[in-house]
Amino acid sequence: MSNRMKVVVLVVLALGLIVLFLFAHLRGDFDYVLRSRSEKIVAMVLVGWAGAVSTVLFQTMTNNRILTPSIIGLDSVYMLVQTAVVFLFGSTTLTMMGNTLHFLLSAGSMIGFSVLLYSFLFRREGQNLYFILLVGMILGTFFQSLTSFMQYLIDPNEFSIIQDRMFASINNIKTDLLWPAGLLIAAATLYTYRHLHELDVLSLGKDHAINLGVAYETVVKRLLMIVAVLVSVSTALVGPIMFFGLIVANVAYAFFQTYEHRYLLAGAALFGIIALVGGQLVVERVFTFSTTLSVIVNMVGGIYFLYLLLKERKAW
Amino acid sequence: MVEVKQVLKRYGGKTVIDRVSLSVPRRKLTSLIGPNGAGKSTLLSMMSRLIPKDGGEIWIEGKEIARYRTEELAKKISILKQSNHIAARLTVHELVSFGRFPYSRGRLTRQDRDYVREAIRYMELEPLQDRYMDELSGGQRQRAYIAMVLAQDTDYIFLDEPLNNLDMKHAVQMMKVLRKLVDELGKTIVMVMHDINFASCYSDYMVALKDGAVVCEGDVSSIMRNEVLRGIYDLDVRVQTIENRRICVYF
Repeated sequence: MSNRMKVVVLVVLALGLIVLFLFAHLRGDFDYVLRSRSEKIVAMVLVGWAGAVSTVLFQTMTNNRILTPSIIGLDSVYMLVQTAVVFLFGSTTLTMMGNTLHFLLSAGSMIGFSVLLYSFLFRREGQNLYFILLVGMILGTFFQSLTSFMQYLIDPNEFSIIQDRMFASINNIKTDLLWPAGLLIAAATLYTYRHLHELDVLSLGKDHAINLGVAYETVVKRLLMIVAVLVSVSTALVGPIMFFGLIVANVAYAFFQTYEHRYLLAGAALFGIIALVGGQLVVERVFTFSTTLSVIVNMVGGIYFLYLLLKERKAW
Repeated sequence: MVEVKQVLKRYGGKTVIDRVSLSVPRRKLTSLIGPNGAGKSTLLSMMSRLIPKDGGEIWIEGKEIARYRTEELAKKISILKQSNHIAARLTVHELVSFGRFPYSRGRLTRQDRDYVREAIRYMELEPLQDRYMDELSGGQRQRAYIAMVLAQDTDYIFLDEPLNNLDMKHAVQMMKVLRKLVDELGKTIVMVMHDINFASCYSDYMVALKDGAVVCEGDVSSIMRNEVLRGIYDLDVRVQTIENRRICVYF
């Protein structure tokens, strides 16, 4: 089967799941149900797309297929902001906060953090990419410790509010954020689309990329920013999903067996949409909302991650 | 013309290349020799802008290397490092096609395809061109990388230990190909060599580095001498002439 054909198959599969999700068990007020379902669909498509694309970009830059963008610590920034709001102003401030303000605060702090981190670290010429990841990882751990510290101090009832935010959930999606999030993700995707071939070259590694005339530092700097935007927007929209990008990216590599990013990116994004819509169907129809999507994704993803680690170890 | 002037490289406080000057003879095969840690690979990496230099100038065809746009430079020089692990799954043909990236930015024209075919033919890779890189032996893989460099069609080719991991037969094949590139296609090749005898038999010009500085340079007959090599390697060596080739005995 050609790669183009495989993409078509995935598109059909994704559309099929979306239709199933929209029209299965349609009862009661059709207008209301369809509207709320299509809002969920849009959110899942955005998050699936952003999570998959950001992971593939990140792994291409680092030439490492078991890293995820969460290593730069954006998730911890998100949790720190949520916890800090509750810690300083109480849980009512967080729950009553307008969606737009919350989105701006969360996404803004994550993007701001990345801008600061990158601009600080890229000031020196010839900086090693792994050094940046390491600094991000250390800061992420620091933020996590700070977060747990505040969580210990606050009232347990307040903590339960935070706990809700620790897991991604499609069920309490903020609908008025879909437009701005969609626009940001579309802009990031457009930029990526225009640099598809450079991405192919980047997957050969730094030395080959420079040799073939890719402005390595500039490209990597911009791509890191794109990754930060994608992760921030999707996290602010539904909350952190840890292993999601990792699974869909690796499934796409295995499925397509190519270096070409037009297939890898499209494939990973489609797998992302399929995984989210399919997973949400399972959550709603099989578990009847007794669990959230991210629990399932993290469980499946965690197992897959262990499998990848073991497989990679053998390959050495 | 590639000219290195007073180039400097420091790692932390340690100077690894100390104001090296060197001019690379055109259409010749030049070998950089010297003991481990002499700075050969570092110098080569700076000459091909893989790593930034901390001082001095490198002129390539009348322009300082830092003033080039990197895509413009990719049409003039190419570099192949010694370790080439690629995570992506590629066939030989796909890898060689990447060599055309500086010209086509990923959209191959018919002319690009001709270059790729020619490079594959030149390196005798036709039967292997649809095989994946991880299915090849070390020697075949090395040939595929050289084919990629050929497809890049640059006047200057820099190679960091091209004989690494090659057995005698493949090493000789590789050197004959490089010789052909210089003699038939008029390329200028600079390479880091560890095997002094391979350098002696196949290069036109030799540059010896030690402790980050050029100790001596010249044609093969002026470098392949007992006292010169002893000074470079701190080793008791004897150079013998066998079948008109200068062979260094150091065992």
